[in-house]
Amino acid sequence: MDLFNAIIQVLDSTIRLSVPLLLACLAGLYSERAGIFDIGLEGKMLVGAFAGAASASVFHSAYIGLGMAILISVAFALIHGFASITHRGNQIVSGVAINFIAAGSTIMLGQAWFQQGGRTPALASDERFGAIIWPGADAVRGVPILGPIYSELISGHSVLVYVAFLAVPFTWWVLFRTRFGLRMRAVGENPAAVDTAGISVAWLRYRALICTGVLTGIAGAYLSMVQNGGFVKDMTAGKGYIALAALIFAKWKPVNAMFACLLFGFLDALSIRLQGTPLPLIGKVPVQLMQALPYILTVILLAGFIGKAIPPRAGGVPYVKER
Amino acid sequence: MSMPYAKLPAWADYGLIPVINLAVAFLVAGFVVLLVGENPFRAAVVLVEGAFGRGQGIAFTLFYATTFIFSGLSVAVAAHCGLFNIGGEGQGYIAGLGIGIVCLAFDSVLPWWLTFPLAIVAAAAMGALWVLIPAYLQAKRGSHIVITTIMFNFIAASVMVYALVGFLKPAISMAPQTRTFLDGAQLPKLNWVIELFGAKIRSAPFNISFLLALAMAILVWVLIWRTRLGYEMRTYGHSAKAARYAGISETRIIIMAMMISGALAGMMALNPTMGDQHNVALEFVSGAGFVGIAVALMGRLHPVGIVLAAILFGMLYQGGAELAFEMPAISRDMIVIIQGLVILFAGALEHMFRPYVQALFASLSPRSVGIEAIKGKGA
Repeated sequence: MDLFNAIIQVLDSTIRLSVPLLLACLAGLYSERAGIFDIGLEGKMLVGAFAGAASASVFHSAYIGLGMAILISVAFALIHGFASITHRGNQIVSGVAINFIAAGSTIMLGQAWFQQGGRTPALASDERFGAIIWPGADAVRGVPILGPIYSELISGHSVLVYVAFLAVPFTWWVLFRTRFGLRMRAVGENPAAVDTAGISVAWLRYRALICTGVLTGIAGAYLSMVQNGGFVKDMTAGKGYIALAALIFAKWKPVNAMFACLLFGFLDALSIRLQGTPLPLIGKVPVQLMQALPYILTVILLAGFIGKAIPPRAGGVPYVKER
Repeated sequence: MSMPYAKLPAWADYGLIPVINLAVAFLVAGFVVLLVGENPFRAAVVLVEGAFGRGQGIAFTLFYATTFIFSGLSVAVAAHCGLFNIGGEGQGYIAGLGIGIVCLAFDSVLPWWLTFPLAIVAAAAMGALWVLIPAYLQAKRGSHIVITTIMFNFIAASVMVYALVGFLKPAISMAPQTRTFLDGAQLPKLNWVIELFGAKIRSAPFNISFLLALAMAILVWVLIWRTRLGYEMRTYGHSAKAARYAGISETRIIIMAMMISGALAGMMALNPTMGDQHNVALEFVSGAGFVGIAVALMGRLHPVGIVLAAILFGMLYQGGAELAFEMPAISRDMIVIIQGLVILFAGALEHMFRPYVQALFASLSPRSVGIEAIKGKGA
């Protein structure tokens, strides 16, 4: 039974750790499917986390915090759009710029406004998103096997966790069952064809980036208002890049993205759990190897050894209308 | 690096437009300073005075600039070949492993002028090797170099933690860093050069690797514009199709360009380790690899521009430290914002002001933008 409890605990933290990855990964999916590379996911999450925690603590409302997180994150997404769509700049350079501006400005404004070394004040429980206990979760806790699964894994998460997992089928529906999704995929593969059909390439790509901004904003809010009770400097700690790796791993598909993020979240949870304990058969695995595993897996995937990851064809190329 | 717009006179293209972009970046940075309730003009004065006001400041500025010259050149070499090496951070970090091993092995037996060349070779080799897999994958399997080099940055971080904790640190010590290098692996200071001009320096880590950086800048210029390999790289950067048609081996050119870029990034690790801290510690690169992106873009991928841009960023780092001291509302992270703004305006938005500048030139003197020449041909 101890082993079972341990597994449940690892899976529970897998869910918690994979939520920010999943939101950021879906965010990246919108922009990359529309043909805009976005390595600025990291920065957008960071400003979202900061804006969320800062305004939640000032206005004493979790929902205002979430709203501000989304707003600021979308603003950064639009800067990326302005540079890479309107001015046809290099999308990677623009993404790098956004990451730097985000990293610097969150710490500086945090320090100037709250004087806590770049942190925001600790959030009270009503300024955060609390756990939602599903009906009957406490009653069935004692039931073997199914009880803990229901009460620990399914129930007891914050609303943003459920939002993240509902975003997966929603994204699938948008992408493959709506006109907007069809056009968005088309604009990522062959923008000239979309343009010929009389649809604005720029406006489509801007809309995709707004979706990206909304999702990275929620991801940031999750980090600073659910996982942590406040903003800490550089709290994204490379999650934006792992999300990007997950996106490639998922071959730019929403359901795959969920599994990729769960896998990377699981590796993270496992590396925390296994710190220093030897594994059967393999012996003691260095923590660093576990931490590097998502990146190594992505490189192997990119190399084409486990199936081939083919990015949207027009990705990274600014669209120039023929003159 | 194609030119989607009509030509401007060279001085406007290489001088005026970067200056405009830089000015806008600083203007926006000024707004951030306003936002935290300080006076941007006073901040600028403190920054420049902190960097160039005293000999001490100049020495620190040039010390920071040394690292940035290496990382800027690294980004530029790859960019000339049409590749974006975003992994300078990781390549520099992993080079610390080579430097650490060489220095720990030889610092007690060899003088610095023998350890230094060995360390240069080790650093360059580690940097180049670290980029070999991403370069090979880009050349042979078409995996995007930007993504793979980012991934290798993270892998490098894990490897270095493992190496420092596992075998580089002394067994009795808890801190994840090597022991302090002996005299045989400490680079001589160049502070006396600044003192020649009458300034006084208490202690600053400005050291001989600055000269290595300048030498590398010259070598990169020779490589890009005076050798066959450089010509092939530029050809490939302009048009991969044309290069293929001309019989240039794609695999060879990508791998060569990236390994040279990686070697340059590796060499940037010499300055902070052997020149300043005299050990290899966790996170000793601290973002210098990413600064290289801003430096290379600001310097328009030309070694002369890169050296100037590196000194500018050295000034920001040194002056920024003074600024954080003088104005408590402004922390050193201001530099990171400025860095981001420079990358945004000099890199991603580099063409934003070009049409306006062109219109201005066209109205002042049509000949300078080549309008008249075309008209003449038509008539």
